[in-house]
Amino acid sequence: MAAVTTPGLERQAERAESRRGFLLGLPSIIYLLVFFVIPLGVVIAYSFATRTRTGRTELNSWNLEAYRRLSEEVVRAVAFRSLWFAILTTVICLALAYPLAYFISTRRPTTRNLMLVGIMIPFWSNFLIRTYAWRLLLDSDGLFTQMASGMGLGDGRILFTSKAVILGLVYGYLPFMVLPLYASIERIDWSLVEGARDLYASGWESFRRVVWPLSRPGVIAGSILVFVPSFGAFVTPAILGGNKKGLMGSYIVDQFMDSRNGPLGASLSVVVLAVMLIGTLVYFRQGGRNL
Amino acid sequence: MSETTIAVELQGVTKRFGDVVAVDDIDLTVADGEFFSLLGPSGCGKTTTLRMIAGLELPSQGSLSIHGEEMGLRPPNKRPVNTVFQSYALFPHMDVRTNIGFGLEMRKVDKDERSDLIDWAVSLVEMDGMEQRKPNQLSGGQQQRVALARALVNRPEVLLLDEPLGALDLKLRQQMQTELKNLQREVGITFIYVTHDQEEAVTMSDRIGVMHEGRLLQIDTPEAIYERPITRFVADFIGRTNFLEATVASGDEVVLTNGDRLRVPTSHPEGTAIAVTVRPERLTVHGRGQAPEGSHRLDGVVDSAVYLGNAVTYSVSVDWMHLEIRCPASLAGDRRSPGDDVTVSFDPDHTSVVIG
Ligand SMILES: Nc1ncnc2c1ncn2[C@@H]1O[C@H](COP(=O)(O)OP(=O)(O)O)[C@@H](O)[C@H]1O
Ligand SMILES: [Mg+2]
Repeated sequence: MAAVTTPGLERQAERAESRRGFLLGLPSIIYLLVFFVIPLGVVIAYSFATRTRTGRTELNSWNLEAYRRLSEEVVRAVAFRSLWFAILTTVICLALAYPLAYFISTRRPTTRNLMLVGIMIPFWSNFLIRTYAWRLLLDSDGLFTQMASGMGLGDGRILFTSKAVILGLVYGYLPFMVLPLYASIERIDWSLVEGARDLYASGWESFRRVVWPLSRPGVIAGSILVFVPSFGAFVTPAILGGNKKGLMGSYIVDQFMDSRNGPLGASLSVVVLAVMLIGTLVYFRQGGRNL
Repeated sequence: MSETTIAVELQGVTKRFGDVVAVDDIDLTVADGEFFSLLGPSGCGKTTTLRMIAGLELPSQGSLSIHGEEMGLRPPNKRPVNTVFQSYALFPHMDVRTNIGFGLEMRKVDKDERSDLIDWAVSLVEMDGMEQRKPNQLSGGQQQRVALARALVNRPEVLLLDEPLGALDLKLRQQMQTELKNLQREVGITFIYVTHDQEEAVTMSDRIGVMHEGRLLQIDTPEAIYERPITRFVADFIGRTNFLEATVASGDEVVLTNGDRLRVPTSHPEGTAIAVTVRPERLTVHGRGQAPEGSHRLDGVVDSAVYLGNAVTYSVSVDWMHLEIRCPASLAGDRRSPGDDVTVSFDPDHTSVVIG
């Protein structure tokens, strides 16, 4: 029998296939180009531009002035404070989310789904509105404050302090920690735990040696999903922290608005983006190793 | 069996999951050093029984002791048994060596001794040179060996095995059956082996307990289980057989459907409906009227004859039923053909009375 396909035909078919794929992806490619790649290019261009004395941004003389300023004391203080807040938020989220995720994934399927919906309910209303709601709770006559005072925690008002910011960040990003943790704990084969128990491991040892290492992909994913947005957070510090202490997000906004220093704002943005990018790369590297 | 040689004892053990009675009032005694198999179809409660011994499940009722010690609520890590799970349950994030050493590590065996024991177990299951591999880099048979080594390295008093060869292909399974049996003899540990494969149970075990719907129907040597089953289920589950429906006439006589009287001992009371079971290879086919004296004879007609290479199987219809007969090919000199008038004979001593 004569061969029906030739290598040439095969290649032609493959090319047609990839052209179809490209056409399907085209709308989103255009969208990303217009609303993401181009603005990103503008930000990067700005970071190398010059600020005139009147606060305008001069695009025709390129320099590294904005990056040099990153080493200034105040900028570094803001960066480190953001870093500290992000780490603290991540650690607290992890400590709260792990037992919760563990609990959910050991329930029966129906209970499990109900609880997961419960975790996602907050997403049904706007983040900004929810953050303002916290402001009401945390104010002098707010419920939270009154309860704290009632329990003898002294003046319970924490609004416009770092505590309020951390609380807001943890509140906002906790689901991002719970969900990946749940996903990876739920996937663990429970016969492995039984295997460990059978091999003389106590409950704690079988957690430490089996459950925890096998849930690591979830720990890493959740930590990055919380760390990255916490580092650049703007809304929460602005509303609950009163912006008394500068954090990266608000400091960048300041540069573009009040201080009218576009290049510095842009170079700070590039730094934040770089941190996020590194976080994401670590995530994928880890993911790749564990899958 | 004297007191000291009992490895595992279950008394009136029942396990319920909600409305499901998974294990129903089991009494079982396994001797020290014995290779004991729990045999039964899927869902009959074998795994549940094993898990109760391991402490992974607690009995709803009854008592369970290991080497004379009542287990009660004792957690799995405090019991002198180890399990080879059906799915192996190897830790995917640990290499072969760490997997095997896990139990020793948990028991805080010191490093040098641990290392020696792991070496011993690794060479016992012939996994030398693969100690640094992760479970997903091993074949099914190799994973099975690691699972075995991981349990054996702890020198448990009792080793529980839940269909450990189920995932292997036929050839490897047969090879592993022999290896397992040799290994058990070598290390002298009591094995409680769960399987739904009757051939596997018969070839490997010292004794077999046949389970059905949560109950233990019969506990005996493989030979006794095969030759002298006491319930219809056991007779049918272990190999092929014929059931001749009958009624008990007296202590040593039953009446077959056709009115023939057969001398077989039975303890069932007069009038009980029973069946006499005869294995196909215990039946012989003769030309009509040529069967020897002293055996029980039934006249019939050959329905079919199937040549199997080493044997020939006939289906012969006597007036009220069909009989399956198996003759070694070497003895089938004068082969029968469908339509031939024949006489089928058997020795009443080679039958067993079953109920159920
Ligand atoms: N955890 C459980 N919850 C509810 N039913 C169970 C559970 N484990 C086993 N069963 C039921 O108990 C019966 C016996 O199961 P099992 O011991 O696994 O049987 P086998 O190992 O002989 O196949 C089955 O009907 C099974 O569905
Ligand atoms: Mg089973």
